[in-house]
Amino acid sequence: MKYIVSIIQPNRLEAVREALSTLDLSGMTVTEAQGYGRQKGKSEIYRGAEYEVHFLPKLKLEVAVADDLTAQVIEIISTTAQTGKIGDGKIFVFDLLEAVRVRTGEKGADAL
Amino acid sequence: MIRLRSITLLAAIFAALATPAAAAEVGTHGVFILNSLLFLVSGFLVMFMAAGFCMLEAGLVRAKNTTTQLTKNIALFSLAAVGYYMVGYNLMYPLGSWAVDGVLSDLFPAIAVMEPVGAGADAVDDLSYAATGSDYFFQLMFCAATASIVSGTVAERIKLWPFLLFTLVLTAFIYPLQASWKWGGGFLDAAGFLDFAGSTVVHSVGGWAALAGAIILGPRLGKYKDGRVIPMMGANLPLATLGTFILWLGWFGFNGGSQLAMGTIGDVADISRIFANTNAAAAAGALVALVLTQLLYKKIDLTMVLNGALAGLVSITAEPLTPSLAMASLIGGIGGVIVVVSVPLLDRLKIDDVIGAIPVHLIAGIWGTLAVVLTNSDASLGSQLYGIIVVGAFTFIASGALWFAMAKTIGIRVSAEDEMVGLDNSELGMEAYPEFTTR
Repeated sequence: MKYIVSIIQPNRLEAVREALSTLDLSGMTVTEAQGYGRQKGKSEIYRGAEYEVHFLPKLKLEVAVADDLTAQVIEIISTTAQTGKIGDGKIFVFDLLEAVRVRTGEKGADAL
Repeated sequence: MIRLRSITLLAAIFAALATPAAAAEVGTHGVFILNSLLFLVSGFLVMFMAAGFCMLEAGLVRAKNTTTQLTKNIALFSLAAVGYYMVGYNLMYPLGSWAVDGVLSDLFPAIAVMEPVGAGADAVDDLSYAATGSDYFFQLMFCAATASIVSGTVAERIKLWPFLLFTLVLTAFIYPLQASWKWGGGFLDAAGFLDFAGSTVVHSVGGWAALAGAIILGPRLGKYKDGRVIPMMGANLPLATLGTFILWLGWFGFNGGSQLAMGTIGDVADISRIFANTNAAAAAGALVALVLTQLLYKKIDLTMVLNGALAGLVSITAEPLTPSLAMASLIGGIGGVIVVVSVPLLDRLKIDDVIGAIPVHLIAGIWGTLAVVLTNSDASLGSQLYGIIVVGAFTFIASGALWFAMAKTIGIRVSAEDEMVGLDNSELGMEAYPEFTTR
Protein backbone atom coordinates (compact mmCIF):
# COMPACT_ATOMS: atom_id res chain seq x y z
CA MET A 1 0.00 0.00 0.00
CA LYS A 2 1.10 3.53 -0.68
CA TYR A 3 0.07 6.86 0.83
CA ILE A 4 0.18 9.66 -1.74
CA VAL A 5 0.29 13.26 -0.56
CA SER A 6 -0.12 15.87 -3.28
CA ILE A 7 0.18 19.64 -2.96
CA ILE A 8 -1.88 21.15 -5.77
CA GLN A 9 -3.32 24.43 -6.95
CA PRO A 10 -6.76 24.89 -5.33
CA ASN A 11 -8.46 25.48 -8.65
CA ARG A 12 -7.28 22.08 -9.98
CA LEU A 13 -9.00 20.06 -7.25
CA GLU A 14 -12.19 19.35 -9.13
CA ALA A 15 -10.35 18.18 -12.25
CA VAL A 16 -8.12 15.91 -10.19
CA ARG A 17 -11.05 14.49 -8.26
CA GLU A 18 -12.96 13.80 -11.44
CA ALA A 19 -10.00 12.13 -13.10
CA LEU A 20 -9.27 10.00 -10.04
CA SER A 21 -12.89 8.91 -9.83
CA THR A 22 -12.34 6.76 -12.94
CA LEU A 23 -10.15 4.52 -10.76
CA ASP A 24 -11.39 2.22 -8.07
CA LEU A 25 -10.42 4.46 -5.16
CA SER A 26 -12.66 4.46 -2.13
CA GLY A 27 -11.78 7.90 -0.81
CA MET A 28 -9.50 10.87 -0.46
CA THR A 29 -8.84 13.65 2.04
CA VAL A 30 -8.39 17.33 1.20
CA THR A 31 -6.90 19.99 3.51
CA GLU A 32 -6.51 23.72 2.88
CA ALA A 33 -2.82 24.50 3.10
CA GLN A 34 -0.38 27.38 2.64
CA GLY A 35 3.19 27.10 1.55
CA TYR A 36 5.99 28.00 -0.78
CA GLY A 37 8.40 26.12 -2.98
CA ARG A 38 11.13 27.30 -5.31
CA GLN A 39 8.84 30.15 -6.39
CA LYS A 40 9.18 31.70 -2.89
CA GLY A 41 5.76 33.37 -2.86
CA LYS A 42 4.96 36.41 -4.94
CA SER A 43 4.99 40.19 -4.77
CA GLU A 44 1.90 42.43 -4.73
CA ILE A 45 1.04 46.08 -4.04
CA TYR A 46 -1.52 47.29 -1.48
CA ARG A 47 -2.23 51.00 -1.19
CA GLY A 48 1.06 51.88 -2.85
CA ALA A 49 3.28 49.64 -0.74
CA GLU A 50 4.86 46.53 -2.21
CA TYR A 51 4.73 43.40 -0.13
CA GLU A 52 5.66 39.74 -0.41
CA VAL A 53 3.12 37.01 -0.10
CA HIS A 54 5.33 34.29 1.35
CA PHE A 55 2.74 31.56 1.69
CA LEU A 56 0.41 30.89 -1.18
CA PRO A 57 -2.83 29.00 -0.76
CA LYS A 58 -2.67 25.35 -1.85
CA LEU A 59 -4.63 22.20 -1.25
CA LYS A 60 -3.16 19.08 0.24
CA LEU A 61 -4.73 15.99 -1.26
CA GLU A 62 -4.16 12.65 0.44
CA VAL A 63 -5.03 9.20 -0.92
CA ALA A 64 -4.22 5.72 0.32
CA VAL A 65 -3.95 3.24 -2.56
CA ALA A 66 -3.18 -0.37 -3.23
CA ASP A 67 0.29 -0.94 -4.74
CA ASP A 68 -1.01 -1.83 -8.20
CA LEU A 69 -2.82 1.52 -8.50
CA THR A 70 0.05 3.71 -7.34
CA ALA A 71 1.59 4.46 -10.73
CA GLN A 72 -1.78 5.30 -12.25
CA VAL A 73 -2.76 7.64 -9.42
CA ILE A 74 0.54 9.49 -9.65
CA GLU A 75 0.15 9.76 -13.41
CA ILE A 76 -3.41 11.08 -13.18
CA ILE A 77 -2.64 13.66 -10.50
CA SER A 78 0.48 14.92 -12.21
CA THR A 79 -1.25 15.34 -15.55
CA THR A 80 -4.55 16.81 -14.35
CA ALA A 81 -3.07 19.13 -11.71
CA GLN A 82 -0.57 20.45 -14.22
CA THR A 83 -1.01 23.90 -15.75
CA GLY A 84 2.64 24.22 -16.78
CA LYS A 85 3.08 27.37 -14.71
CA ILE A 86 5.22 27.76 -11.64
CA GLY A 87 3.42 26.72 -8.44
CA ASP A 88 1.65 23.61 -9.76
CA GLY A 89 2.75 21.66 -6.68
CA LYS A 90 4.38 18.36 -5.78
CA ILE A 91 3.50 14.72 -5.18
CA PHE A 92 5.02 12.74 -2.34
CA VAL A 93 4.66 8.97 -2.05
CA PHE A 94 5.04 7.06 1.23
CA ASP A 95 4.98 3.40 2.05
CA LEU A 96 1.81 2.74 4.01
CA LEU A 97 2.35 0.30 6.90
CA GLU A 98 -1.19 -0.30 7.96
CA ALA A 99 -4.76 0.80 7.39
CA VAL A 100 -7.77 0.16 9.61
CA ARG A 101 -11.43 0.77 8.86
CA VAL A 102 -12.68 2.11 12.16
CA ARG A 103 -16.27 0.96 11.77
CA THR A 104 -15.55 -2.73 11.10
CA GLY A 105 -11.98 -3.24 12.23
CA GLU A 106 -10.93 -4.51 8.77
CA LYS A 107 -7.22 -4.14 8.15
CA GLY A 108 -4.76 -3.78 5.29
CA ALA A 109 -5.90 -3.44 1.69
CA ASP A 110 -9.44 -4.41 2.69
CA ALA A 111 -9.66 -1.25 4.75
CA LEU A 112 -8.85 1.06 1.85
CA MET B 1 -62.50 54.25 -1.13
CA ILE B 2 -58.85 55.00 -0.77
CA ARG B 3 -58.26 54.50 -4.45
CA LEU B 4 -61.22 56.74 -5.27
CA ARG B 5 -59.82 59.44 -3.06
CA SER B 6 -56.40 59.28 -4.68
CA ILE B 7 -57.94 59.50 -8.12
CA THR B 8 -59.84 62.56 -7.01
CA LEU B 9 -56.61 63.99 -5.62
CA LEU B 10 -54.79 63.26 -8.85
CA ALA B 11 -57.54 64.95 -10.81
CA ALA B 12 -57.29 67.97 -8.53
CA ILE B 13 -53.54 68.15 -9.09
CA PHE B 14 -53.94 67.97 -12.85
CA ALA B 15 -56.61 70.62 -12.66
CA ALA B 16 -54.33 72.79 -10.58
CA LEU B 17 -51.47 72.32 -13.01
CA ALA B 18 -53.73 73.27 -15.90
CA THR B 19 -54.84 76.53 -14.36
CA PRO B 20 -52.75 79.71 -14.33
CA ALA B 21 -52.77 79.55 -10.50
CA ALA B 22 -50.25 76.68 -10.73
CA ALA B 23 -47.74 79.06 -12.19
CA ALA B 24 -47.76 81.03 -8.96
CA GLU B 25 -45.15 80.50 -6.30
CA VAL B 26 -45.64 78.25 -3.31
CA GLY B 27 -47.11 80.10 -0.33
CA THR B 28 -45.32 80.75 2.97
CA HIS B 29 -46.62 77.55 4.56
CA GLY B 30 -45.68 75.56 1.48
CA VAL B 31 -42.12 76.88 1.56
CA PHE B 32 -41.84 76.06 5.26
CA ILE B 33 -43.12 72.54 4.64
CA LEU B 34 -40.90 71.91 1.62
CA ASN B 35 -37.81 73.25 3.38
CA SER B 36 -38.49 71.06 6.40
CA LEU B 37 -39.07 68.09 4.09
CA LEU B 38 -35.70 68.72 2.44
CA PHE B 39 -34.00 68.66 5.84
CA LEU B 40 -35.77 65.50 6.92
CA VAL B 41 -35.08 63.53 3.74
CA SER B 42 -31.51 64.84 3.44
CA GLY B 43 -31.00 64.23 7.13
CA PHE B 44 -31.77 60.56 6.93
CA LEU B 45 -29.59 60.21 3.85
CA VAL B 46 -26.72 61.74 5.82
CA MET B 47 -27.62 59.51 8.76
CA PHE B 48 -27.08 56.50 6.52
CA MET B 49 -23.55 57.72 5.86
CA ALA B 50 -22.84 56.47 9.38
CA ALA B 51 -23.49 52.98 8.02
CA GLY B 52 -21.24 53.80 5.07
CA PHE B 53 -18.33 54.84 7.28
CA CYS B 54 -18.95 51.81 9.48
CA MET B 55 -18.85 49.32 6.59
CA LEU B 56 -15.89 51.02 4.93
CA GLU B 57 -13.93 50.78 8.15
CA ALA B 58 -15.08 47.26 8.96
CA GLY B 59 -13.85 46.24 5.52
CA LEU B 60 -10.45 47.92 5.72
CA VAL B 61 -9.36 46.80 9.18
CA ARG B 62 -8.04 43.33 9.86
CA ALA B 63 -10.56 40.72 10.98
CA LYS B 64 -9.28 40.74 14.56
CA ASN B 65 -10.34 44.38 15.01
CA THR B 66 -13.71 44.27 13.26
CA THR B 67 -16.04 44.15 16.24
CA THR B 68 -14.20 47.01 17.94
CA GLN B 69 -14.53 49.11 14.78
CA LEU B 70 -18.25 48.37 14.53
CA THR B 71 -18.69 49.23 18.21
CA LYS B 72 -16.82 52.51 17.82
CA ASN B 73 -19.02 53.48 14.92
CA ILE B 74 -22.36 52.92 16.58
CA ALA B 75 -21.08 54.42 19.84
CA LEU B 76 -19.69 57.56 18.21
CA PHE B 77 -22.88 58.12 16.24
CA SER B 78 -24.92 57.85 19.41
CA LEU B 79 -22.54 60.02 21.42
CA ALA B 80 -22.68 62.71 18.75
CA ALA B 81 -26.44 62.85 19.34
CA VAL B 82 -25.79 63.58 23.02
CA GLY B 83 -22.94 66.06 22.55
CA TYR B 84 -24.74 68.00 19.85
CA TYR B 85 -27.99 68.11 21.81
CA MET B 86 -26.46 69.11 25.14
CA VAL B 87 -24.04 71.72 23.83
CA GLY B 88 -23.24 71.63 20.11
CA TYR B 89 -26.40 72.89 18.44
CA ASN B 90 -26.64 76.15 20.33
CA LEU B 91 -22.90 76.63 20.23
CA MET B 92 -23.03 76.30 16.44
CA TYR B 93 -26.09 78.48 15.78
CA PRO B 94 -26.10 81.64 17.90
CA LEU B 95 -28.84 83.15 15.69
CA GLY B 96 -27.09 86.50 15.80
CA SER B 97 -26.56 86.46 19.54
CA TRP B 98 -22.83 86.33 20.27
CA ALA B 99 -21.00 86.32 23.61
CA VAL B 100 -17.81 87.13 21.73
CA ASP B 101 -18.77 88.72 18.44
CA GLY B 102 -18.48 86.25 15.55
CA VAL B 103 -16.52 83.78 17.69
CA LEU B 104 -18.56 82.39 20.57
CA SER B 105 -22.30 81.87 20.68
CA ASP B 106 -24.22 83.57 23.46
CA LEU B 107 -26.75 80.72 23.45
CA PHE B 108 -24.01 78.49 24.84
CA PRO B 109 -24.33 76.65 27.13
CA ALA B 110 -27.91 75.64 26.56
CA ILE B 111 -29.48 72.44 25.34
CA ALA B 112 -31.26 72.26 21.99
CA VAL B 113 -35.03 72.84 22.18
CA MET B 114 -37.54 72.13 19.44
CA GLU B 115 -40.91 73.66 18.70
CA PRO B 116 -43.89 72.63 20.88
CA VAL B 117 -46.00 69.64 19.83
CA GLY B 118 -48.34 70.49 16.98
CA ALA B 119 -47.01 74.03 16.61
CA GLY B 120 -49.06 76.19 14.23
CA ALA B 121 -47.71 78.85 11.91
CA ASP B 122 -47.71 81.32 14.80
CA ALA B 123 -45.74 79.03 17.11
CA VAL B 124 -42.90 77.84 14.88
CA ASP B 125 -39.51 79.43 15.47
CA ASP B 126 -39.02 80.73 11.94
CA LEU B 127 -41.89 80.48 9.48
CA SER B 128 -39.69 81.75 6.65
CA TYR B 129 -37.21 78.88 7.10
CA ALA B 130 -38.03 75.39 8.35
CA ALA B 131 -39.08 73.49 11.45
CA THR B 132 -36.40 73.68 14.13
CA GLY B 133 -36.68 69.92 14.65
CA SER B 134 -35.85 69.30 10.98
CA ASP B 135 -32.93 71.72 11.07
CA TYR B 136 -31.59 70.21 14.28
CA PHE B 137 -31.91 66.67 12.89
CA PHE B 138 -30.15 67.61 9.64
CA GLN B 139 -27.32 69.47 11.35
CA LEU B 140 -26.78 66.73 13.93
CA MET B 141 -26.07 64.28 11.11
CA PHE B 142 -23.26 66.53 9.83
CA CYS B 143 -21.77 66.64 13.29
CA ALA B 144 -21.90 62.83 13.52
CA ALA B 145 -20.28 62.52 10.07
CA THR B 146 -17.35 64.62 11.29
CA ALA B 147 -16.81 62.23 14.18
CA SER B 148 -17.06 59.19 11.90
CA ILE B 149 -14.09 60.42 9.88
CA VAL B 150 -11.73 60.15 12.86
CA SER B 151 -12.43 56.55 13.81
CA GLY B 152 -11.05 54.99 10.64
CA THR B 153 -7.65 56.67 10.85
CA VAL B 154 -6.93 55.69 14.46
CA ALA B 155 -8.29 52.16 14.07
CA GLU B 156 -6.65 48.95 15.24
CA ARG B 157 -4.63 50.45 18.13
CA ILE B 158 -6.69 53.01 20.01
CA LYS B 159 -8.44 52.30 23.30
CA LEU B 160 -12.20 52.40 23.01
CA TRP B 161 -13.13 54.70 25.92
CA PRO B 162 -10.55 57.45 25.29
CA PHE B 163 -11.70 57.46 21.66
CA LEU B 164 -15.28 57.93 22.79
CA LEU B 165 -14.27 60.73 25.14
CA PHE B 166 -12.58 62.43 22.20
CA THR B 167 -15.76 61.98 20.16
CA LEU B 168 -17.83 63.65 22.85
CA VAL B 169 -15.55 66.70 22.98
CA LEU B 170 -15.36 66.85 19.19
CA THR B 171 -19.12 66.75 18.70
CA ALA B 172 -20.03 68.98 21.63
CA PHE B 173 -17.31 71.64 21.33
CA ILE B 174 -14.68 71.44 18.59
CA TYR B 175 -16.94 70.85 15.58
CA PRO B 176 -19.79 73.19 16.58
CA LEU B 177 -17.50 76.04 17.65
CA GLN B 178 -15.59 76.23 14.38
CA ALA B 179 -18.80 75.59 12.40
CA SER B 180 -20.35 78.64 14.08
CA TRP B 181 -17.59 80.78 12.59
CA LYS B 182 -18.93 79.94 9.12
CA TRP B 183 -22.40 78.43 9.23
CA GLY B 184 -23.46 80.21 12.42
CA GLY B 185 -22.76 83.55 10.77
CA GLY B 186 -19.46 84.15 12.56
CA PHE B 187 -16.24 85.88 11.56
CA LEU B 188 -15.26 83.46 8.78
CA ASP B 189 -18.64 84.01 7.14
CA ALA B 190 -18.14 87.75 7.46
CA ALA B 191 -14.69 87.40 5.88
CA GLY B 192 -16.26 85.95 2.73
CA PHE B 193 -15.14 82.37 3.32
CA LEU B 194 -17.32 80.01 1.27
CA ASP B 195 -17.98 76.37 2.12
CA PHE B 196 -21.31 75.18 0.79
CA ALA B 197 -21.67 71.78 2.46
CA GLY B 198 -18.46 71.45 4.40
CA SER B 199 -15.28 70.45 2.57
CA THR B 200 -13.55 72.38 5.34
CA VAL B 201 -16.17 72.74 8.07
CA VAL B 202 -16.95 69.01 8.15
CA HIS B 203 -14.40 66.98 6.20
CA SER B 204 -11.17 68.80 6.88
CA VAL B 205 -12.15 69.14 10.52
CA GLY B 206 -12.58 65.37 10.77
CA GLY B 207 -9.33 65.00 8.85
CA TRP B 208 -7.34 67.39 11.09
CA ALA B 209 -8.65 65.67 14.22
CA ALA B 210 -7.70 62.31 12.70
CA LEU B 211 -4.23 63.56 11.71
CA ALA B 212 -3.52 64.86 15.22
CA GLY B 213 -4.70 61.52 16.62
CA ALA B 214 -2.60 59.46 14.21
CA ILE B 215 0.56 61.43 15.02
CA ILE B 216 0.16 61.23 18.79
CA LEU B 217 -1.03 57.63 18.71
CA GLY B 218 1.76 56.40 16.45
CA PRO B 219 1.55 53.74 13.75
CA ARG B 220 0.31 50.20 14.23
CA LEU B 221 2.91 47.72 15.43
CA GLY B 222 4.96 46.41 12.54
CA LYS B 223 3.56 48.88 10.01
CA TYR B 224 6.93 50.50 9.32
CA LYS B 225 9.91 48.17 9.56
CA ASP B 226 13.49 48.81 8.45
CA GLY B 227 12.43 51.72 6.27
CA ARG B 228 9.76 49.63 4.56
CA VAL B 229 6.00 49.90 4.64
CA ILE B 230 4.34 46.65 5.63
CA PRO B 231 0.79 46.62 4.22
CA MET B 232 -1.95 45.37 6.50
CA MET B 233 -4.69 44.19 4.23
CA GLY B 234 -8.31 44.99 4.89
CA ALA B 235 -10.27 41.90 5.80
CA ASN B 236 -13.38 42.42 3.72
CA LEU B 237 -13.38 44.40 0.48
CA PRO B 238 -17.06 43.71 -0.29
CA LEU B 239 -17.96 45.56 2.92
CA ALA B 240 -15.56 48.39 2.07
CA THR B 241 -17.17 48.71 -1.37
CA LEU B 242 -20.68 48.64 0.06
CA GLY B 243 -19.65 51.31 2.55
CA THR B 244 -18.36 53.50 -0.25
CA PHE B 245 -21.58 53.18 -2.22
CA ILE B 246 -23.60 54.01 0.91
CA LEU B 247 -21.49 57.12 1.49
CA TRP B 248 -21.92 58.08 -2.15
CA LEU B 249 -25.71 57.80 -1.77
CA GLY B 250 -25.72 59.69 1.52
CA TRP B 251 -23.75 62.51 -0.08
CA PHE B 252 -26.77 63.53 -2.14
CA GLY B 253 -28.42 64.45 1.14
CA PHE B 254 -25.22 65.99 2.43
CA ASN B 255 -24.72 68.33 -0.51
CA GLY B 256 -28.31 68.55 -1.76
CA GLY B 257 -29.72 69.32 1.67
CA SER B 258 -27.16 72.06 2.13
CA GLN B 259 -29.13 74.14 -0.35
CA LEU B 260 -31.23 74.69 2.84
CA ALA B 261 -34.33 75.54 0.82
CA MET B 262 -36.70 73.76 -1.55
CA GLY B 263 -39.61 76.19 -1.79
CA THR B 264 -38.94 77.73 -5.18
CA ILE B 265 -38.31 76.56 -8.73
CA GLY B 266 -34.79 77.97 -8.41
CA ASP B 267 -34.03 76.01 -5.28
CA VAL B 268 -35.25 72.74 -6.74
CA ALA B 269 -33.28 73.32 -9.93
CA ASP B 270 -30.22 74.06 -7.81
CA ILE B 271 -30.66 70.91 -5.74
CA SER B 272 -30.89 68.94 -8.96
CA ARG B 273 -27.66 70.50 -10.23
CA ILE B 274 -26.02 69.65 -6.92
CA PHE B 275 -27.08 65.99 -7.16
CA ALA B 276 -25.73 65.70 -10.69
CA ASN B 277 -22.46 67.48 -9.88
CA THR B 278 -21.94 65.46 -6.73
CA ASN B 279 -22.33 62.24 -8.70
CA ALA B 280 -20.01 63.44 -11.47
CA ALA B 281 -17.27 64.32 -8.99
CA ALA B 282 -17.46 60.95 -7.26
CA ALA B 283 -17.38 59.09 -10.56
CA ALA B 284 -14.39 61.09 -11.77
CA GLY B 285 -12.51 60.54 -8.51
CA ALA B 286 -13.02 56.79 -8.77
CA LEU B 287 -12.06 56.64 -12.45
CA VAL B 288 -8.90 58.67 -11.98
CA ALA B 289 -7.77 56.41 -9.13
CA LEU B 290 -8.63 53.38 -11.27
CA VAL B 291 -6.47 54.54 -14.15
CA LEU B 292 -3.65 55.93 -12.02
CA THR B 293 -3.20 52.77 -9.94
CA GLN B 294 -3.23 50.70 -13.13
CA LEU B 295 -0.50 52.88 -14.63
CA LEU B 296 1.61 53.20 -11.48
CA TYR B 297 1.32 49.69 -10.07
CA LYS B 298 0.37 47.65 -13.15
CA LYS B 299 -2.69 46.45 -11.27
CA ILE B 300 -5.76 48.31 -10.06
CA ASP B 301 -5.98 48.88 -6.31
CA LEU B 302 -9.66 48.69 -5.35
CA THR B 303 -9.13 50.35 -1.97
CA MET B 304 -7.66 53.38 -3.74
CA VAL B 305 -10.57 53.44 -6.18
CA LEU B 306 -12.97 53.51 -3.24
CA ASN B 307 -10.95 56.29 -1.61
CA GLY B 308 -10.89 58.06 -4.98
CA ALA B 309 -14.69 58.15 -5.20
CA LEU B 310 -14.88 59.54 -1.67
CA ALA B 311 -12.16 62.11 -2.36
CA GLY B 312 -14.14 63.21 -5.41
CA LEU B 313 -17.18 63.67 -3.18
CA VAL B 314 -15.25 65.65 -0.57
CA SER B 315 -13.71 67.82 -3.32
CA ILE B 316 -17.08 68.90 -4.69
CA THR B 317 -18.64 69.48 -1.27
CA ALA B 318 -17.40 73.06 -0.83
CA GLU B 319 -19.11 74.10 -4.06
CA PRO B 320 -21.45 71.53 -5.61
CA LEU B 321 -23.77 74.11 -7.17
CA THR B 322 -21.91 76.47 -9.50
CA PRO B 323 -19.67 74.05 -11.48
CA SER B 324 -20.75 72.56 -14.79
CA LEU B 325 -20.75 68.77 -15.02
CA ALA B 326 -17.38 68.96 -16.74
CA MET B 327 -15.94 71.20 -14.05
CA ALA B 328 -17.41 69.00 -11.29
CA SER B 329 -15.73 66.01 -12.93
CA LEU B 330 -12.43 67.84 -13.06
CA ILE B 331 -12.67 68.91 -9.42
CA GLY B 332 -13.57 65.36 -8.34
CA GLY B 333 -10.93 63.83 -10.61
CA ILE B 334 -8.22 65.85 -8.90
CA GLY B 335 -9.54 64.36 -5.65
CA GLY B 336 -8.69 60.96 -7.15
CA VAL B 337 -5.15 62.14 -7.93
CA ILE B 338 -4.80 63.39 -4.35
CA VAL B 339 -5.63 59.94 -3.00
CA VAL B 340 -3.20 58.04 -5.18
CA VAL B 341 -0.39 60.49 -4.46
CA SER B 342 -0.93 61.14 -0.77
CA VAL B 343 -1.66 57.63 0.56
CA PRO B 344 1.97 56.49 -0.04
CA LEU B 345 3.22 59.95 1.00
CA LEU B 346 1.64 59.62 4.46
CA ASP B 347 3.26 56.20 4.76
CA ARG B 348 6.62 57.75 3.98
CA LEU B 349 6.01 60.17 6.85
CA LYS B 350 5.10 57.15 9.02
CA ILE B 351 1.63 58.51 9.66
CA ASP B 352 -0.51 55.41 9.79
CA ASP B 353 -3.98 56.17 8.44
CA VAL B 354 -5.75 52.81 8.30
CA ILE B 355 -8.53 53.70 5.86
CA GLY B 356 -7.15 56.78 4.09
CA ALA B 357 -9.32 59.35 5.84
CA ILE B 358 -6.56 61.98 5.84
CA PRO B 359 -6.09 62.03 2.04
CA VAL B 360 -9.84 61.72 1.44
CA HIS B 361 -11.22 64.17 3.99
CA LEU B 362 -8.37 66.51 4.89
CA ILE B 363 -6.34 66.92 1.72
CA ALA B 364 -9.23 66.62 -0.73
CA GLY B 365 -11.21 68.87 1.62
CA ILE B 366 -8.56 71.57 1.32
CA TRP B 367 -8.51 71.14 -2.45
CA GLY B 368 -12.31 71.34 -2.67
CA THR B 369 -12.34 74.51 -0.58
CA LEU B 370 -9.77 76.14 -2.85
CA ALA B 371 -11.60 74.93 -5.96
CA VAL B 372 -14.59 77.11 -5.06
CA VAL B 373 -12.78 80.05 -6.68
CA LEU B 374 -12.81 78.22 -10.03
CA THR B 375 -16.56 78.50 -10.50
CA ASN B 376 -17.96 80.88 -7.90
CA SER B 377 -17.14 84.52 -8.55
CA ASP B 378 -18.09 85.44 -4.97
CA ALA B 379 -15.13 83.45 -3.68
CA SER B 380 -11.60 84.76 -3.32
CA LEU B 381 -8.48 82.71 -2.89
CA GLY B 382 -7.51 84.84 0.09
CA SER B 383 -10.65 84.23 2.10
CA GLN B 384 -10.68 80.54 1.17
CA LEU B 385 -7.10 80.18 2.45
CA TYR B 386 -8.01 82.20 5.51
CA GLY B 387 -10.86 79.80 6.34
CA ILE B 388 -8.74 76.72 5.69
CA ILE B 389 -5.92 77.98 7.92
CA VAL B 390 -8.11 79.23 10.78
CA VAL B 391 -10.24 76.10 10.91
CA GLY B 392 -7.22 73.86 10.39
CA ALA B 393 -5.08 75.49 13.05
CA PHE B 394 -7.89 75.56 15.59
CA THR B 395 -8.97 71.96 15.01
CA PHE B 396 -5.46 70.56 14.84
CA ILE B 397 -4.36 72.35 18.02
CA ALA B 398 -7.56 71.67 19.97
CA SER B 399 -7.72 68.00 19.06
CA GLY B 400 -3.96 67.58 19.36
CA ALA B 401 -4.09 69.02 22.88
CA LEU B 402 -6.92 66.68 23.81
CA TRP B 403 -5.23 63.59 22.34
CA PHE B 404 -2.00 64.56 24.07
CA ALA B 405 -3.64 65.18 27.44
CA MET B 406 -5.41 61.83 27.27
CA ALA B 407 -2.23 60.07 26.16
CA LYS B 408 -0.37 61.46 29.20
CA THR B 409 -3.13 60.61 31.68
CA ILE B 410 -5.53 57.78 30.90
CA GLY B 411 -3.53 56.52 27.91
CA ILE B 412 -4.97 56.21 24.42
CA ARG B 413 -3.17 53.17 23.11
CA VAL B 414 -3.71 49.51 23.91
CA SER B 415 -0.73 47.41 25.03
CA ALA B 416 1.47 45.80 22.40
CA GLU B 417 0.18 42.39 23.39
CA ASP B 418 -3.47 43.46 23.09
CA GLU B 419 -2.73 45.00 19.72
CA MET B 420 -1.22 41.77 18.43
CA VAL B 421 -4.06 39.64 19.75
CA GLY B 422 -6.53 42.10 18.30
CA LEU B 423 -8.80 44.67 19.90
CA ASP B 424 -11.85 42.48 19.55
CA ASN B 425 -10.31 40.14 22.08
CA SER B 426 -8.76 42.69 24.41
CA GLU B 427 -11.35 45.48 24.34
CA LEU B 428 -14.53 43.50 23.87
CA GLY B 429 -13.92 39.80 24.24
CA MET B 430 -16.16 39.36 21.24
CA GLU B 431 -15.00 38.45 17.77
CA ALA B 432 -16.68 39.33 14.50
CA TYR B 433 -16.06 35.89 13.04
CA PRO B 434 -15.62 33.51 16.00
CA GLU B 435 -15.62 30.46 13.76
CA PHE B 436 -12.46 31.50 11.92
CA THR B 437 -8.87 31.78 13.04
CA THR B 438 -7.67 35.38 12.83
CA ARG B 439 -4.07 36.47 12.38
